Amino acid sequence: MTDQSLKTTPLNAAHRALGARMVGFGGYDMPVQYEGVLAEHRWTREHAGLFDVSHMGQCKITGADAIAQFERLVPGDYQILKAGKQKYSLLLNAEGGIMDDLMAGKPDHDGLYVVVNAGNKDADFAHLKANISGDATLTILDDRALLAIQGPEAAEVMAAHEPVLAEFGFMDCARLMLFGVDCYVSRSGYTGEDGYEISVPAADAERIWNLLLSDARVKPIGLGARDSLRLEAGLPLHGHDIDASTDPVEGALTFALSKSRKERADFPGADRILKAQADGPGRVRVGLHVKEGAPAREGAEIADAEGKVVGKVTSGGPSPTLGKNIAMGYVPPAMAELGTELKVIVRGKAAAAEVVALPFVASRYYRKPKAA
Amino acid sequence: MRFTKDHEWVRLEGDVATVGISKHAAEALGDVVFVETPEAGRSVSKGDSFAVVESVKAASDVYAPVAGEVVEGNAALANAPETVNADPEGEGWFAKIKVSDASQLDELMDRAAYDQYLATL
Repeated sequence: MTDQSLKTTPLNAAHRALGARMVGFGGYDMPVQYEGVLAEHRWTREHAGLFDVSHMGQCKITGADAIAQFERLVPGDYQILKAGKQKYSLLLNAEGGIMDDLMAGKPDHDGLYVVVNAGNKDADFAHLKANISGDATLTILDDRALLAIQGPEAAEVMAAHEPVLAEFGFMDCARLMLFGVDCYVSRSGYTGEDGYEISVPAADAERIWNLLLSDARVKPIGLGARDSLRLEAGLPLHGHDIDASTDPVEGALTFALSKSRKERADFPGADRILKAQADGPGRVRVGLHVKEGAPAREGAEIADAEGKVVGKVTSGGPSPTLGKNIAMGYVPPAMAELGTELKVIVRGKAAAAEVVALPFVASRYYRKPKAA
Repeated sequence: MRFTKDHEWVRLEGDVATVGISKHAAEALGDVVFVETPEAGRSVSKGDSFAVVESVKAASDVYAPVAGEVVEGNAALANAPETVNADPEGEGWFAKIKVSDASQLDELMDRAAYDQYLATL
């Protein structure tokens, strides 16, 4: 039974045909699992997993002023970004809080192609529309589906369809003809694995989905494994690990603050963010290894060695790859040193936890060898 | 074997009820990664949350289908939580409860009634 208030992606019938268990996520009826979260998680780490991420928001910002106007809302330097590259960034509010995180790139010579989170997309698009002016136009690409293929065999699978994709490095992007249709492709993802995200016309989504699944190396992967994979990769989930009340310094996302933009201090909330970076934030996102007991989930309290509550878990669960329980959460910077012994409180019981480096599982993004 | 609407099962032998979650519940949960069972000696009322079962995604409470005193929690599940998926209505039992009043089971569904109930979900 489908909840009638939920929207569907162009692949809804395909998920149901595969026997997926469906749940509401970000306002969409989405597959949480097909054969099972653990099996799907492991398949993605060992082979290639195919994800329907069409619930995410896709848009173009075009016009002579597109990049300058977009830069007013994010802390990344998109002027110097080369054509054929994309960059992770943050939509910041006036206080420097993270309204959303996003990918924006230059797949063609026509402004920016931007992907934002499903649950925030209406607000994001409204914010973008309201805050760009001059020769800059936002076009919502709601006639497109978005697929992600992730895992160590993803590159070989895709090279069989388009050899040039093998030459992409991590975060390279392009607009090209693929599967006979107009696609936006980037070598990126949300699992820590090598792989691609592919924007395809909605009308062709099911054909392309089934074509990719016809490869024995590829299996469909639901949102359950997408969440456990991104957790292992140390990647924050907006609305959980970061939100409008956290800034990039607290969120351990200072890599998204471009040097030139910091020098110009011309992004939203720059004063507060640069002060936090100089003085140190009040709290910071860390990785935790929960060494005993149950998994610590979102909302679990984090305490110091004496049992005083110092923060909260923002996401956590078992790591199928590591075979232990992991979590992310916020603690005071003095307790963010690797190896700091802390406790997490799960159902009233304190369990030993230790601050560990993010990502929990080493990422395997494909970096092109540098020319000698 | 008797069942609750919350998908626990009970099997009474003498005055000791073995309690677990149904095959339907285990399938709905997906891969079980952690189980917390009650300690012996704990007294429970019918409907008390007395155990926790966790999948990759979430933690779920398990409710006592009968009142009584816990005589044993299934310690084997601590190291092998996947047993709940493999054999939910057998080796994957959660606890044994010495029931205060065996007539409590009369209020629960038998297999045929439970199957009928599942068909309405």
